[in-house]
Parts: sequence; structure tokens; C-alpha cells
Amino acid sequence: MAGFDFSNYNRNAALHAKGVPLPKATSTGTTIVGCIYDNGVVIAADTRATSGPIVADKNCEKLHYIAPKIWCAGAGTAADTEFTTALISSNVELHSLSTGRPPRVITCMTMLKQHLFRYQGHIGAYLVVAGVDPTGVGLFTVHAHGSTDKLPYVTMGSGSLAAMSVFESMWKPQLNRDEAVALCAEAIKAGIFNDLGSGSNVDVCVIQKDKPTELLRNYIKPNERGQKERNYRFPRGTTAYLNQKIISKEDMRKYVSVEEASGDPNLMEVDI
Amino acid sequence: MVGHGMTGMLGEDGIHVDMNHLKKGEVNLGTSIMAINFKDGVILGADSRTTTGAYIANRVTDKLTQVHDTIWCCRSGSAADTQAVADIVSYHLNMYSITNNEAPSTQVAAALFQELCYENKDMLSAGIIIAGYDPRHGGQVYSIPLGGSLHKQPYSIGGSGSTYIYGYCDANWKENMTEEEGIQFVRSSLQEAIKWDGSSGGVIRMVVLTAKGAQRHLYLPDTGYTGPGLTN
Repeated sequence: MAGFDFSNYNRNAALHAKGVPLPKATSTGTTIVGCIYDNGVVIAADTRATSGPIVADKNCEKLHYIAPKIWCAGAGTAADTEFTTALISSNVELHSLSTGRPPRVITCMTMLKQHLFRYQGHIGAYLVVAGVDPTGVGLFTVHAHGSTDKLPYVTMGSGSLAAMSVFESMWKPQLNRDEAVALCAEAIKAGIFNDLGSGSNVDVCVIQKDKPTELLRNYIKPNERGQKERNYRFPRGTTAYLNQKIISKEDMRKYVSVEEASGDPNLMEVDI
Repeated sequence: MVGHGMTGMLGEDGIHVDMNHLKKGEVNLGTSIMAINFKDGVILGADSRTTTGAYIANRVTDKLTQVHDTIWCCRSGSAADTQAVADIVSYHLNMYSITNNEAPSTQVAAALFQELCYENKDMLSAGIIIAGYDPRHGGQVYSIPLGGSLHKQPYSIGGSGSTYIYGYCDANWKENMTEEEGIQFVRSSLQEAIKWDGSSGGVIRMVVLTAKGAQRHLYLPDTGYTGPGLTN
């Protein structure tokens, strides 16, 4: 039959009436930051993805590609940040092909805010947009409801308060590249150590004028799993016993059939 | 009263932003904004604080938004809503000036704002003040409170902080002030609003619109404060 099928709506309404809760989306309780410097812009993110109290991914990527010189850090609902940035990346590329000009950060920011505003906050994407274009360096935040801010240094996500405290105490005008990278990494580390929703490693992306973009995946790994100093394995003979009896293979053949196992211990044959 | 008992969207004065109306996690402009007429044009003023709940998301926000060469607006309410509305008006005024080969009047801009705010009133939380200078009418100030009505006023105040300065502005307002007097009026009014309103703060931004064009000013709320409550 032609037309739309609304039966799922009735099913969902019935389930809702019964008190069935909505499925929970994977959310990136996150720390993401960005900071401009004399010749470019740096963005950084932690790598923890959470689903409720569970760490869903210990080393996920929250730095998203938009264009060679425009990158996005995403917080909020993981799926929404992924698909929104992918969609805008595609449209930015088509726009740049159609105009014959390199894409601009403000174009990307405007496309993101108009897309997110249309969905009235239901797309839970909180983004830091950064990049360089012929007009200069750009750094913006975009909230899920479609509002934007333009600042020299920004933080977002659940760890944004910890990260902002680092910026507010250590930021100064006219930073160089290395200082900006160090400052952003320090801000992310503040999120990793002081915010429960953030953790694991620091990812950094450096976008510079007249130089290729550098994606420094796992730039700092402050939570590496080291060799444990002790373990719970007990040495043979720990448990005392009163007696011991050894039954040889030959003796067992009297009662059951015993076959020799093949050399490979990983192969497990199953009898038919 | 402006609104007609609009179920929680309008306060008694028709201006106050109902914080509960904002969607969860929405970025809010708990604000002090104003615009005034003076001898040679208009002056717009605003604080610079944007909040998400108790957190200050931006302490140096620019709530004074240009929609044409000498037509600007002060935004209060939801940041997302007011930015979207201002972007759309900005686009239409741009098209207007190209097709008519003439700059739009402030009234045209205000009418565009009203159209958007009234037709989408149930989806928006936006309290906007429009001020502009055009050679034919000189300086003009319009305000659009939450219901989407349009009011031409000699001066207008808005946002959560405005409730604290109704008396101050009424007592100190004069027609045909000089630029200097006008700036001082806006500055001291916003200093008072920021002092009493917890949702307002940061710096005071101002734009002066005259025949010479737009000129920006920036003041700190504490420096040059002459009001009551000084401890030194």
C-alpha cells in the first residue's frame, strides 16, 4: 500500500503509556577546547565515550573533519556530533566546489547553526568549530539549540568548567603554536582528571596558515595501563592436601576411550 | 498591559523573560539591554553576560547585533532564537537594499522583526529592541516584547535587569540629550541594572548611531560608578 506508515507511532504511544522508558543514546560526557594563536588555531578533546555510568569507549575520536583546514570538536550525543559534522562536511565541500573558493569557517558555522536551530535542540550536538581560511583564523562554539559564540578561547562539554579554569588562569594574548598546544592539552587534562564524564587520552588538532593540518591523535596518554606490581595468581602448592592419587592414562582406557590431542591446543575437536 | 494573560509567556509588564519557558539546557540571555533617542541619533547599550543555568557561558558576549549599516538591535531571551531572527532580518534587509538601491528605514527593519516574532510567537522566546538611524526619520527606537507587538518609543529598556531600572530611567530621562549626556544615561542605567541583576554582568557595550555611521564604546560596570552604595 502506498503512503506513510504510522503504526510505529501507535506502538510507541502504547509503550510510553505502559511506562517503558525511551532508549538511552550514547553520550560523550566530554571535555573539548579550542584556542587561537598568532598564526592559527588549536582544538583538543579527551577520548572517553560514556553510556550512563559505563565507559562505552576508552579511546574514541571527538575531533571531526569538516574540510582540510576546518575541524570540529564534538560534545553531547555521540551519534549526533558524528552525523551532523559529516553532513556539514559534505555540504561544505559541495559549496566550495560550486563557488570555486576554499571553504570558510563562518560558512561552516552558519550551516551548522541553521541545521541545529531547525531541529530545536533535538539534535544534541555541542560543537567547537575551528579553522583558517582566506579571511583569517576562526574559532566558534555552536550549541545544540543553534546559538553561537566567537571567542579567543573556548571550552564545552561536562568538563568545560575545569578546562575554562585553566584558560582563565593561564591564557595570554599572542601565544605561539607550542604554547597554544600545551595550554589546550593542559585544559583537557583538567577535564580528564576532575570531570567524571571525561577521561583517557588527549587528542589535539593544529590548524595553521600556509601549513598542512596536523592531527595529533593521543598527543598525551596520561592514563596508560602499566604493568601491575602484584597479581592474584597463587604458586603451585599453596593449598595443602592430605593425600594424592594419580590415575594413569592406561588405567583410564579400561573404562573410557582416550584419544591423543593434536599438537595445536587452540583446536578443539567436537565429537559427532 | 501589552499581553492579554498569555499563559506564562508574558509577565505583568509584558517584557520580563520567563526563565521556565526556556528549553532545558538552552543558552539564555538573562540580560540588561536598552536603546535611547538623543539629539543626533540613537544609542544602544547592553551587558555582556550569557548563561546556561548557573554557568556563565560567555562573559564578553556582543548582544548588540548589526542588521544593516545603521540599523542595529539589542537581543534578550534565548540566544539561539534571537540570533536566528536577527540573521533572517539581516538577510532580508540586505536584499531590500540591493533591489531598491536604497538603505531600508528603521521602521522596515522593525516591521520585519515583528513579523517573525509575532507569527512564531509560540516557538520563540525573544525580546528585541531595534534602534536605527536613517537620513529621513533620524534616530528611532522600537521594542518588540514577547508577544510580538511593536512599540515606537523615545527610549526602551529590556531583559531581566530592566525591571530594576524602570524608576531610575523614568527619573533621569530627558528629551534631546547631547551624545555625551546620552552615553552617560545609558552607562549609568546599565551600571545600576548590572549591580542588582545577577543574570547581567561582564562589560557594558554600546553603539552610537548617527549620520556619521556606527561608533562602538566599551565601559566597565564599576569604573566611574557614581550611584549609591559606594564604600570608599
